[in-house]
Amino acid sequence: MSKFSRRKLIATGAAVAAGAAGLGVAAKLAKHYGLVPPDAGGLYGPGETLTYAAQRLMTRHSMAREFTRNQISATPFANEVAPLGEGFQRLQEGGFADWRLNVDGMVAHPMSLSLAEIKSFPSRTQITHLACEEGWSYIAEWKGVPLSHILELVGALPQVRYVVYRSIQPDWWESIDMADAMHPQTLVTHGMNGGELPVGFGGPLRLRVPRQLGYKSVKYITRMTVTDDVKQFGKGLGSSAPEGGYAWYAGI
Amino acid sequence: MSETLRPRHAALVRVTHWLTTLSFLALLVTGVEILISHPRFYWGETGNIRTSALFTIPIPTSRNTFHNGYGYTLPDQNGWSRYLHFQSAWVAVLTGVLYLGFGFFRGHFRRNLLPASSDLSVRGLSNVIGKHLRFKQSSEEEARSYNVLQRLTYLFVVFVLFPLVIWTGLAMSPAVASAIPGAVTLLGGQQSARTLHFFVSGFLVLFLSVHVLMVCLGGFRNRMRAMITGRGTLGHGAKDLEQA
Repeated sequence: MSKFSRRKLIATGAAVAAGAAGLGVAAKLAKHYGLVPPDAGGLYGPGETLTYAAQRLMTRHSMAREFTRNQISATPFANEVAPLGEGFQRLQEGGFADWRLNVDGMVAHPMSLSLAEIKSFPSRTQITHLACEEGWSYIAEWKGVPLSHILELVGALPQVRYVVYRSIQPDWWESIDMADAMHPQTLVTHGMNGGELPVGFGGPLRLRVPRQLGYKSVKYITRMTVTDDVKQFGKGLGSSAPEGGYAWYAGI
Repeated sequence: MSETLRPRHAALVRVTHWLTTLSFLALLVTGVEILISHPRFYWGETGNIRTSALFTIPIPTSRNTFHNGYGYTLPDQNGWSRYLHFQSAWVAVLTGVLYLGFGFFRGHFRRNLLPASSDLSVRGLSNVIGKHLRFKQSSEEEARSYNVLQRLTYLFVVFVLFPLVIWTGLAMSPAVASAIPGAVTLLGGQQSARTLHFFVSGFLVLFLSVHVLMVCLGGFRNRMRAMITGRGTLGHGAKDLEQA
């Protein structure tokens, strides 16, 4: 048995204390700069916080890769969703003329936008990659209104931090931070590959967040709530994904 | 029989060794869990069940998207597997940074892992390989440090396989791809990155298997003691074939 040297013991103790203090300071700083994700409470909180903080420092303004027309997948694929309810079917029969996107929360002018109004807004067309968390992917051309344009229309208040968005499908909702919400490639999408957005791919309206995995691109969106705190929504973890065991931040 | 315990591994090497072991095992188990949701591989930027596969692993899956010919699906463990995979990746990467700093600044790489140029000759290499093939016990002098094969293998794992597995993993991230697009295109696309991630992981598992086998052949208790307490015996006719 080797003897403990006092010097070694003191040095180790000091290093451990400095490490703990450093972690404490880092946690405070991360919180102050909004680098802690809403699902940071659990066992995997440290890893999620490191990922989200590192990527926010690295990718706040980075642009998702855009591809050329001939890179568009000839065979895109979308996972099936739970059967769409009666409400959806009624809207579909009417050609989605009565589809509405309600935008509320911490905004100066809450709005209820029709599909026609959204389509009349200045749009952006981009060819981006969509990867599912399962491992498969495709490239498609997406057409839609930058979410930032709608947030300017409704007059999002300066202190807001997240946009919560919901599907017409019950219990399907997500949220993104303002870095993604104000990002020019985050689109309220209504067109795909030159046509309308097919129902299978989320039509008539899907929020595409190309810098995150597919599950953040919620299909059939009907409501958006701008907020400074996601704790008041659902179980307070930021979206339905962590409630089902998946990470809130899906930029990986 | 008297045992002389000699210093074998520095404290930092031991701590980082076991942290890497833990995180690697967690990465392996969760990686397999993630893989079985879609055990189909592609080359290029995209791939899904409507495109042709590069190859498919013939195992049952955990998702309905792709049944792979089986009439049932395995329990879906993707949620916690993904959380733990990325948390373990952080542990592995931060441990690796610590180890690299130690290796470079305290001479660990130069002293213990860089082969002597004389050992790199065809004769030197075939000599060591021949000894391995005959399971010949190393002399006391030889057992005191890593032989040239061990040195080359460890250097390959530390400076080629680990960086590659991290790179190919990060290249699958849509956010990282937006920040460093070249990291993806250089690999041939995001599906190529996924395929390469699978193969590099396979090489790491191969290394782990041979490594554990050599520990057992070289004297399991002594090797484990050396990597835990930092001290181990040399020679004494023990089963010290080679250092693992």
